Amino acid sequence: MAGLEQEVLARIERQRKLRPRWRDERITMAHGAGGKATHTLVSGLFEPAFANPQLAELADAAALDVDGARLAFTTDGFVVKPLVFPGGSIGELAVNGTVNDLAMIGARPLALTAAFVLEEGLDGDVLRAEVQAMATAAAAAGVTVVAGDTKVVERTKADGMYIVTSGIGVRDQRAELGVTQIRPGDRILCSGTVGDHGTAIMLARGELELDADIRSDTAALWPLVDALLGAAGAGLRVMRDPTRGGVATVLNEIARDADVGIVLQEEAVPVSPAVEGASEILGIDVMTVANEGKLLAIVDPAVADGALAALQELPLGEHAAVIGEVADEPQGMVLVKTAFGGTRIMDMLIGDPLPRIC
Amino acid sequence: MRFVDEFRNADLARGLAAQIAALAEPGRHYKIMEVCGGHTHTIYKHGIEDHLPDTVELVHGPGCPVCVIPMGRVDDGIAVAKRPGVIFTCFGDMMRVPGGDGSLLDAKAQGADVRFVYSPLDALKIARNNPDREVVFFAIGFETTAPSTALTLMRAKAERIKNFSVICNHVTIVPPLRALLESPDLRLDGFIGPGHVSTVVGCRPYEFIPKDHGQPVVTAGFEPLDLLQSIFMIMKQLAEGRSEVENQYSRVVPWEGNLKALEVLAEVFELRPYFEWRGLGFISQSALRLSDAYADWDAELRFEMPGVRVADPKACQCGEVLKGVIKPWECKVFGTACTPETPIGTCMVSSEGACAAYYNFGRFARSKERAGA
Repeated sequence: MAGLEQEVLARIERQRKLRPRWRDERITMAHGAGGKATHTLVSGLFEPAFANPQLAELADAAALDVDGARLAFTTDGFVVKPLVFPGGSIGELAVNGTVNDLAMIGARPLALTAAFVLEEGLDGDVLRAEVQAMATAAAAAGVTVVAGDTKVVERTKADGMYIVTSGIGVRDQRAELGVTQIRPGDRILCSGTVGDHGTAIMLARGELELDADIRSDTAALWPLVDALLGAAGAGLRVMRDPTRGGVATVLNEIARDADVGIVLQEEAVPVSPAVEGASEILGIDVMTVANEGKLLAIVDPAVADGALAALQELPLGEHAAVIGEVADEPQGMVLVKTAFGGTRIMDMLIGDPLPRIC
Repeated sequence: MRFVDEFRNADLARGLAAQIAALAEPGRHYKIMEVCGGHTHTIYKHGIEDHLPDTVELVHGPGCPVCVIPMGRVDDGIAVAKRPGVIFTCFGDMMRVPGGDGSLLDAKAQGADVRFVYSPLDALKIARNNPDREVVFFAIGFETTAPSTALTLMRAKAERIKNFSVICNHVTIVPPLRALLESPDLRLDGFIGPGHVSTVVGCRPYEFIPKDHGQPVVTAGFEPLDLLQSIFMIMKQLAEGRSEVENQYSRVVPWEGNLKALEVLAEVFELRPYFEWRGLGFISQSALRLSDAYADWDAELRFEMPGVRVADPKACQCGEVLKGVIKPWECKVFGTACTPETPIGTCMVSSEGACAAYYNFGRFARSKERAGA
């Protein structure tokens, strides 16, 4: 009996590790949710089609070495609804999202381009406000918007506006980041409370008749990265910003790519009381909810305390915590030690986060 | 979080776990079924099995409302959802349930207007705001959710909202329990009674279980300590040779149930002569349909539906899993052809389903335990 169950489980693990093939008949919302369906689409369709070593890393940004310059290059599309929500707006996200993708591979952001897809009938003041929000966010992040493009589509063909930004940055010399640097025993740092952005958006859509003072955490993360590089140096292994799919998805990607296990302490993960309450009521796992101003960093245990202190010194990192560590096994999996004294597997987000019925 | 953390205290859990272990007779293997999908979810989410001795095994029963909906009913829903002018509403995790040809999520991707709601009242609101559209609510669930559907229908009638209707798939808890207990391949020692259902029906309907089948039932709440305490109460009954219905969830569940809610159910619904349960087959008098007084809001009368019975996929062993005859991992397609992304059986769809819960939360802990045993 025991042997049989082991065999079944081993077979599932082998299956999980295979490169996914994309054979879905059509695109569903799940393909954009950042979880398993997105992963299958990217690894099963885009990556093999564009095959190259930079893309194969599937990092937040690509590392390009050009005539001795250590560049970072990335792009991101923004389709959030509503356009303005507590704590931020699409314009601010469009800047922060892309500069953060650069920062996650240890690159100081330099410049952005922006493409606007505008819907016929969009209120001029709405557009003006978003452009202003972008300018303010860019100034705060220390980047310039150096080129752009504008397209207009017919009424009902877009939700007001979509923005696509691309960014270029220069990779810092203080650390060589990558999943291959990860070792068992490494500590996992989280820069602050998780689930704020996704919960704020869900409530801002107004469909849930649930009011709470929850604001998006959208912010540029370079100052935190700069502090981490200073405190941890070469002890900094890898960073990710847990956007769509949340902490659960990002940690699963790391565990799989680095072929290590990850063990989280549920109690150690910072969650604001309002977000915890909302996710409890809505039946949604906060670990799968999107963040726009948080990072996860994996660091050498020898420098973990210093790295944590460096994060906590900054306003953005005030609630930073060590939330877990890297283990030898189970390879490719994330385990959560629950506050109740049990253990569970934490998988990637599957589909859109759909609430449970009861 | 206040009012929640108190029920998730690890020290209290260890205390209860020790008492449960002390009650277990050496050499005896205990199988306790939690009927309700919400309990299954709690068990895995908090790792409750880690607190139990190896000889106390939890069997995950048929109480996940999404998991018991047969494919033919899903197809009927999809057929209505695809009609022009229809806004189709349902609870979130219903959207992923596969029918004979795709799920409601697939129908949405093909252009159907399918929206998830937290309450049937939200669906009624959509109807009020879209008077030129037909708004259909796909009602599922046990006696837990049936009263809210009933109240919504009463409001629709009072406000004369004509563009709203309900596909009623509400089911009742006692008939499947009876069917389970009468199934010859089942061997159980006791039941953790469903908490939310019991807030409506009370504890009295379970009295046949100790009386006719000699097994303890303890109605339980949904926090991890609630579950451990009810397991303790069942073990205590077994140790003392008693079999009774006891109420662990007395802070919410009145012994007689919610009479007001039962009245509402009696007004709006009537029993169907029989209903198909996924994996369990046809069970007589196990589901509700709208009563004649509410026929105008019955989507089954308003729209033409295929009404075709779709046999469960051959490879799928949901029925045996629901009955607790096999463990999820013993199913032939578990974790390979049938995964949470591409579910074949409904037990894999809802996070409450026994298979999805085992796949997402329980797999590793169980395998370690087995390896160590």
